[in-house]
Parts: sequence; structure tokens; C-alpha cells
Amino acid sequence: MYETHVGSPRSRVDGKLKVTGAARYAAEYTAPDLAQGYVVNSAIAKGRITSIDISAAMAVPGVIQVFTHQNRPRTAWRSKAYQDEVAPPGTPFRPLYDEKILYSGQPIALVVAEDFEIARYAASLVRVTYEAEGHQTDLEKVRMQAYKPPKTRSGMAPAPDRGDAEAGFGASPVRVSADYRIAIEHHNPMEPHAATVVWDGDGKITVYDKIQGVQNTQSYITHVFGLSQDDVHVLSPFVGGAFGSGLRPQYQLFLAVMAALELKRSVRVTLTRDQMFTFTYRPDGLQEMSIGANPDGMLQAIRHDVVSNTSTFEDYQEMIVGWSSMMYHCENVSTTYKLAQIDTYTPGDMRAPGAPTGMFALESAMDELSYKLGMDPLQLRLRNYAEIDEATGKPFSSKELRAAYQLGAERFGWSKRSPEPRSMKEGRELVGWGMASGMWEAQMQKTSARAVLTIDGKLEVGTATADIGTGTYTILTQIAADALGLPMEKVTAKVGDSKLPFSPVEGGSWAAASAGTAVTLACNTVRETLFGYARGMEGSPLANAEIGRVAFRDGRIELVSDPTRFVTIQDAMVAGKVHRIEAEETGSPSRINQARYSGFTHSAIFAEVRVDEELGRVRVTRVVDAVAAGKILNPKTARSQILGGVVFGIGMALHEESMMDHHLGRFMNHNIAEYHIPANADVEGIEVIFVEEHEDKLNPIGVKGLGEIGIVGTAAAIANAVYHATGKRIRHLPITVDRLLKVRDAA
Amino acid sequence: MADLELPLRQGFAPDAGPAQGPGPLPDEIPITLTINGERRALHVRPWTTLLDLLREDLSLYGTKKGCDHGQCGACTVLLDGERINSCLALAVMKDGCEVTTIEGLAGPDGTLHPMQEAFIEHDAFQCGYCTPGQICSAVALVKEGHATSRAEIREHMSGNLCRCGAYTNIVDAIEDVLAKEAAK
Repeated sequence: MYETHVGSPRSRVDGKLKVTGAARYAAEYTAPDLAQGYVVNSAIAKGRITSIDISAAMAVPGVIQVFTHQNRPRTAWRSKAYQDEVAPPGTPFRPLYDEKILYSGQPIALVVAEDFEIARYAASLVRVTYEAEGHQTDLEKVRMQAYKPPKTRSGMAPAPDRGDAEAGFGASPVRVSADYRIAIEHHNPMEPHAATVVWDGDGKITVYDKIQGVQNTQSYITHVFGLSQDDVHVLSPFVGGAFGSGLRPQYQLFLAVMAALELKRSVRVTLTRDQMFTFTYRPDGLQEMSIGANPDGMLQAIRHDVVSNTSTFEDYQEMIVGWSSMMYHCENVSTTYKLAQIDTYTPGDMRAPGAPTGMFALESAMDELSYKLGMDPLQLRLRNYAEIDEATGKPFSSKELRAAYQLGAERFGWSKRSPEPRSMKEGRELVGWGMASGMWEAQMQKTSARAVLTIDGKLEVGTATADIGTGTYTILTQIAADALGLPMEKVTAKVGDSKLPFSPVEGGSWAAASAGTAVTLACNTVRETLFGYARGMEGSPLANAEIGRVAFRDGRIELVSDPTRFVTIQDAMVAGKVHRIEAEETGSPSRINQARYSGFTHSAIFAEVRVDEELGRVRVTRVVDAVAAGKILNPKTARSQILGGVVFGIGMALHEESMMDHHLGRFMNHNIAEYHIPANADVEGIEVIFVEEHEDKLNPIGVKGLGEIGIVGTAAAIANAVYHATGKRIRHLPITVDRLLKVRDAA
Repeated sequence: MADLELPLRQGFAPDAGPAQGPGPLPDEIPITLTINGERRALHVRPWTTLLDLLREDLSLYGTKKGCDHGQCGACTVLLDGERINSCLALAVMKDGCEVTTIEGLAGPDGTLHPMQEAFIEHDAFQCGYCTPGQICSAVALVKEGHATSRAEIREHMSGNLCRCGAYTNIVDAIEDVLAKEAAK
């Protein structure tokens, strides 16, 4: 049997560049006369700048310019020009636009100097006075002003209610009703946001930006600065993590481009770690969840009401409540989703936006219900298994969640669980086992790709998506190598270049399906051309063959029924009198199947925690995540995606919390010593299982995407395990020592 | 509220008041460093960290800046064979020292260091940004000789954060190298 690259574990094709330090990130490109920018941020949360004195900063030898709202060059005046590809409804933030302060940490000046230290020093000399207005950063205080967003974010249709949740809940013999909350989280990719803008002369620039979509950056720059596409070349060949923070162009880009165009000189702006807390973040939500059931566990009603925070200038929206109307079979479901404004930057998409938030409430409540019913939590889920997407009434394109529950439970040893809380102990630690379900959209976006085969047997494929560590370079290389029957070493995949064929931003777990399909289509066209040449050769051994009857392998086109009859790629191209074959194709999702089917990935997560009750310390000692996500292109990098998602989930459950000082209106813990993310010692054992799932409706290559599903449900599974270990239900994440001890004191 | 002035970071700006004129820039000081085996005579200002010297002056961008506060470990290099956070070291303090960065780990012929090989083999990274620091840290850890179990590896690698969450694979890679070292 011929082993395909797709489906086989392959090491990353960019691995060598990454382990030798040769991979270059946005702040690592240089240019002659490169100037360095350092940002000054607002010290108040709301009000206006009354004076800004740059004289001392300007007097520092080596300072080139200090940009403020008073001296900035003109940019587009219509706010719409600042609306990028994934902007929510509203008026986007415009850096240095005017004297108004909309949030604490807002960029208010850019110092540009000959070197980094001089810029940093001069930034400390910029003197600003403000007239502060009262700000509001406390979601609970604005809860009563919550509103239904008047304009729905594109692609975010709220699920309609069904049945009568009120009556259903009232009539339910067994009920759970509780409030849940997560914490605001910041993405904190390891690479701080940066943009290096190389002045190419003549009004042209080359931009290295930390972005998940080079063409989004390019279009933002052309609209805001009035440049043509030909003047702006954007690259992001390597992105040091993003998790959604690089979906929208962030302020480092605007400032660097502004300075470069004005100074006619190359400029780099790198944000500090502190400044990584001065733009987008995962919003919090005040969640009210009610579930009613019959004594046999059949759900009778689900009600999920959420007030989430947005900024004063944009209505950011994410799907928090939609999961509650799809995850389980239930005839009476009602959900509401409202926004309330606080004086911060606009929240944004962060790994599986909305899903781990909403699923924390739903899956915690399901766990609470299981104890009230005296029923195994896994049995409760199976009892209410949704055979179709009840929110839309459509069948799922594929759904092997049952197998995921089963395989995950087996691997974890779930059947050995003792049902009573506090009933498992080892040494001085209480042991708890919890589980939860996960769900995420399996999407595909219209994407184009190019494939170029040259007579030396080398193939290059490219599309303007990004590889933020997800492994896109590698899977595109595998797909292309299989299509033309080449070894992976002969294939080069290119992403992160605005000159490549169209791609939307990389996000939403759609890159593999979208870019993978586009590359497949482009390679198929090359195959057809090549096969035409091979068949047309004089005395061709494939003269009577059809493309369906040949295989492309080992640099040859051979008859499947008789592999001794073949034509080499080189011979075919010589026969066709060509040195290269180039094809560009566009893949779009099937509208018919989109209308007919609901596409989702699913997962079953099982977690073990050990809790030292005296110290309030929780360790996540074991996680088994069984994932049904269609075809797995590369089990090695796919597994890493899930590992990463689970680690994010551990962070959400136990560590991550952007703490707002409501008096100052500022995030207090704006560094990664105080904003905790999981460290190596926090992550013990994680097992990933990919369940066999045949998918043929959503895209031609049968994949569903893996970037987000790993985090969904993980925090809930851990919180449920903490309850099982301790008998303490923590409904407000993260589960920190103080929260755990407080519940004990209250008991 | 009345006019007020607050620095964003405590200690970042001097007391509020009229703008002060800048002091003169500090003089550059000559130092010598051996970087990846090559002796370099350099002139640096005392405010320049070893990290910024490597990246900005010598274009050795393999060493990463993740926080500039010694909190993330992305800037880990080997200084006289020991792992340090290069963002917390002023270059002038390291006059005469030997520095090995990620660029100096592979052999002169390009043969990867066993730790680099193991990181690729075990997919011990995703975005790659923390990776040079992880690898330098792991190389030093093996040399330190006090990590034998997975729990010890985890503990002694906890100064190097990885937001992509490759930790279990990082431990696999290090365990692999430790086992091969032990078999020698």
C-alpha cells in the first residue's frame, strides 16, 4: 500500500527554521536607517488630553519625531475606512485621532528615535495632562443598561427560541439554576505585537506585521492611508502565536505605517508586554443558566441569558449562548445575549470565542444536574444526545460524538469513578474526575491558491493565509505532495504574503479546510494539464487512459492497473514543450450543503484533578480529550493543536484573569508574572484521541479544523472535577486558591 | 475631576510637573564578548541589555523578546555555559563572558544539536517563538544534571513559558535527549 503524506504523522516543514532561530518574526526584519518607535499610553480611562508636551522628548539626541494627535499626518476621516475584514459593527478605534481618551492604555504618542533605548527614554519624558471624566469598567454596574446589539456581527445569527422554556422549567421536577462567570483574559502570544515598515521609496512600503491575515492588513493600510494595493506589500511568514489577537490590525501597525510614510524612512514599532494589555481581550459574561429535567434525566428546558461586555465604540459579539440550543436534545430552549459597554478597548476573538465561556456554564450546570439526579454525568449527556442540530433543524454533516464519549471514557477509566464527591483520595490530596462536552463550528471560507510545477520536479503552492503555529505550512505541503506524487522535500508551501492568491484571515478553525481545499483544486488543475501532456505524447503508454485511472506517485504518472506503464513528470512536460505549469483556483463552500447541513466538531473531555485542601492548590494531573473533527491531515501537528487548546483550557480554569482596578479603570496585572498562564509544571498528562469520522459535506477534503475545539469544555471538565474532588462548586473562573478556600469558609 | 497626570507604569516617569530637559546620553563603553565562538569587540551604552545587543546590534534575532522582564524565558541564552535571561543582564556587566545563542548550537556544518533534533521529532513547538529559549534552557538543564524524572523536568523548565501549550512535547523531547545521554 502506498502511504500518502496526508493522514501520516509528519514533522513540521518549518521545524528546522524554528529550532535554529532562523525563522523571522515581525520585529526581526531590518532595513538601512531603521528607526525605532516607542508608544506612550494614556494614564486615564476616560476624558481628554488637555496638554501634551513633547519638548523634552524631542530634545533627546537621536529622537527623530514624537507623533501625537496634534501633529499626526492626515489619514482617512471616515471611520468606515478603519473597518477591517473582521471588525464588529461600530466605529473602530483610530490611534492618535483626537484628544479624546476612550480607555486606559490607549496609545497617545509615538516616539521615533535612532535606537530603541533612546526612544524608550524619550517616551518617559513626554508630559501629558488630562481632564478625566468618570469611567465605568465594572460590568456588573452597567448590567441594567445591557442592550441587544442593533447590528448583528456578520456570520453571527442568534438561534431562535423553541418551545416554552419558562413553562418547561416550571414543570420540571429536577432543576438547576445558577450564575456563572469567567474572567477577562488577554491573548498574550509569546511574540509581542510588532510591525516593521520598510520604506521602499516613492511612497511604497513593505510591511512585516504580526497579523493572521496579510491581506486584511494590506486593505486596512490602503483605506486608512489612501495608498494603492501596489504600494503596500505585507508579509507575515512567521507569527509568534496570536490566538485571535492578530485577526484585526492592531495599533502598532497604524503607528509604524504612519511614521514611515511621514518620515519617508523605515520604522519599527514593537509593543512591550505591558502594552499587550492595551488592546483586545476575551470578554467576560454574566451568565444565568437554568436547566430542568425529568427524574430519568431527559432535559425539559434550557434557559441561558448572558450579558457580555463590549467597548463604548464597537459592538463586539461572539457566540456564548448558541451552544445551549445545539448541544443537547431539548424541546424548550430560550437564550438571550446582550451587551453592556465599559470603558476599555473592544474585546475580540480569542481561541474559540464564546464557546468555552458558554460551555463552562452549560457543562457546569449539566454536572450539577447529574448530582441532583443521582446519575452519572456521562450517562446524562448520552441520554440527551442531539441527533440533529435542533437550533436549525438541520442534520449534522457528521457527528461522532458518541464514539468520542465512549473512547474517551475508556481511555480515562471513567467506569472506575466513584460517584460521590470527596470519595476519592490519595495521600493528602483529594482526587476528582470530571467531564464535559465540546463543540465548535466547522467552517470553510472562500480561498484561492496557486500551484506552480517546474520541470525540475519542484512544486510551489501558495495562498495568503497565515501559519500562526497551527502547522499550515506542513499540511499544505502534504496535500500538494500527494496531489502530484512528489516527496515533501520537492514541495514548498508559501503563506503570509499579500501578493499570494486571496485568503481571508486565518482563524475560526477554517484555515485547513479553506486553504487545503484551494491548494487541492490548484494542484488538480496542474495534474490535469500534466496528464494531458502525458497522454498526448507520441506512443504514450497512457494513450488510452483516463485521469481517474492513473496515479501520481514518485514523480511519475502511472496506470493504476499496471504501474509499469507510466510517464515521468519531466517527460510529460517535455512533450508539452513547457518548463512550468501554473494554475490558480478558488475553492468555496458548497451552498447547497451549507443550506442542508450543520457542520461542527465535537469533543469529550475527561479531567482528573488533585486538590490539596489545606493549601487550596489544584493540580490537573490527567486530561483525555477525544475529538471528532473529520479527517486528520497530520496526526502529529493535529495532536499539538489539541494539546495547546487543552492547555489554554487549564489556564482558563485555574490561572488566567485580567484583573481590573475599577478605581483606575486599568488592568492591574499587565505582565506575565501576574497574569498567570500555565507553565510547564502546571501541565502533567494530556492524551488526545482522534475519533474516526467520515466527513464529506463541508469541503472536498473532509477536514473540520482543530484550532479551537481543544479549549472548548476543558475548563468545565476541570471545574466539574474540582467539585467531584472537594464537593465545592466554583462558578466563577479561574478556580484560584482564595475562591476555593472561600467556598469552604461559607460551607 | 481636576487635571491630573499619572504614569501608566509606576516608576516609569518622574514625578508630575513641568517637563524636564533630558540629561546627556550615557557614553558607550567598550566590552569584549565571545558570541557563538567568535570574539567581538563592542561599544555599548550601559542601558543596553544583552538581549537588545544581540538582537538589535548584532542581528542575532534567534534570541527572542517576550516580556523584557525576566518573566517568560524567551530570551534564554547560555552565558559561560549557564542559562540566563538575557533581558535581565546589562551587556556591560558581561564583559569578557562567553555567550551561546540558538544560532550557535548547531555544528559548523549545520548538524543540529540533539536537543534541536528532539524538538522537531516530538513537535515540541508550534509558533516557534519561545522555542530558542526553551532549547537553550533544555540544553543547560541536561548539563546541570539534576533533572531525571518528568516532574523534575517540568519544574526546571517552568521558567520558559509556551503559550501554544507544547509543554508535554517539550518534556518528551528533553526526556529523549536525557535517555540518549545516559545510554552513551
